[in-house]
Amino acid sequence: MRVKNVGVPLMNLVKLRGTPILQQLLLEERLLRSSSANWCILNDGTNLPTIVMGFSGKPCELVELQPVLRDRIPVIKRFTGGGTVIVDENTLFVSLICNRNDLPDVLPYPPSLMAWSGSLYSQVFNGIGDFQLRENDYVFGDRKFGGNAQSITRNRWIHHTSFLWDYSETNMSYLKLPSKVPQYRLGRDHTDFVCRMKDYIERSVFIENTIKAVGTQFMLKELSLDEIDDSCREHLETTRLLTLDELKETLAKTSRSESIAQAV
Amino acid sequence: MAARFLWASRVASHLKISIAQRGFASVVLKDLKYAESHEWVKIDGNKATFGITDHAQDHLGDVVYVELPDLGRSVSQGESFGAVESVKATSDINSPVSGKVVEVNEVLTESPGLVNTSPYEDGWIIKVELSDAEEAKKLMDSDKYSKFCEEEDAKH
Repeated sequence: MRVKNVGVPLMNLVKLRGTPILQQLLLEERLLRSSSANWCILNDGTNLPTIVMGFSGKPCELVELQPVLRDRIPVIKRFTGGGTVIVDENTLFVSLICNRNDLPDVLPYPPSLMAWSGSLYSQVFNGIGDFQLRENDYVFGDRKFGGNAQSITRNRWIHHTSFLWDYSETNMSYLKLPSKVPQYRLGRDHTDFVCRMKDYIERSVFIENTIKAVGTQFMLKELSLDEIDDSCREHLETTRLLTLDELKETLAKTSRSESIAQAV
Repeated sequence: MAARFLWASRVASHLKISIAQRGFASVVLKDLKYAESHEWVKIDGNKATFGITDHAQDHLGDVVYVELPDLGRSVSQGESFGAVESVKATSDINSPVSGKVVEVNEVLTESPGLVNTSPYEDGWIIKVELSDAEEAKKLMDSDKYSKFCEEEDAKH
């Protein structure tokens, strides 16, 4: 959707704070599939520590099930690809949902979208901390602070990012080391691989710069959550919260497999 | 690229069809039909086999997961029926024609990479019973699809 005679596409801007991540992801999936507008959703922290796995994530491979069950940490499977994160009030989220025709110079495939996002965030950080897109992560130098994921439909796509404003080592211990890690990780353990965004930029400056950067390519119109039309819900919804029973069953199966492997 | 052409030649010989070599571009097989969303379809009587094209798999990157539909499910031309996951992205697979799913390629559950290494043969995704054979006329032949891919790549 473009503003006539100006050639700059419109984008709705939704600023959230402390919105539960499940609610945010369900909203994003609905907007991707049922809306024809462009959207920028900013969520300044989420309310509860929550584990979020990618589309094909398997809890037994990605999550330390015993402590997660013990501490009742919610586990969500989201509609986009990519890895597993644990998010909380110190995670910042920026999601961009676009019609492919409104960015005709960007091929609707993962590498092109990733490169486009890298150049957008280069404007946001503007030389701070040696920011770059490294493989599929945002880094300062060689330390990751932002993880990305995408979903691409016939005519639209979403690129969303979780930024580590700050993080807790305790929370990180709920996650297993994934089998697939980026090459630039070079075998580093978690504390040497990631960094905290708060050590590089003010929270409000980051949010302001992000809105400014998006505003160089779109005409932004701010909407509140209440103003979003949610009448169309016919789309396929794949984002979901895993049930306690599912997680318990997965743990039981994993324990049985490990017992058999040890016995053999 | 030479290896890919050799692979394509072997596929073509096995399938008894000819191929179009697009220089350094991806492989397009003649005698298949193509959708603008980069799925291919092979029609055999009232049955059709689908997959994603070499162009698509090349642009998506390594496929790590394929979400397959249930048997018996209806699919509609142009609508999504499943997804592939590659790198950090899920991408819809759209149905090139309408029908009922009669077979899914379960091998892809353990070996999703077949979509990359053999997009027209071992990486086939589903087979359907066609509901409207006329729909195939809306699809592109190999020459049109080759040109479509070149134009898409040239724009960016």
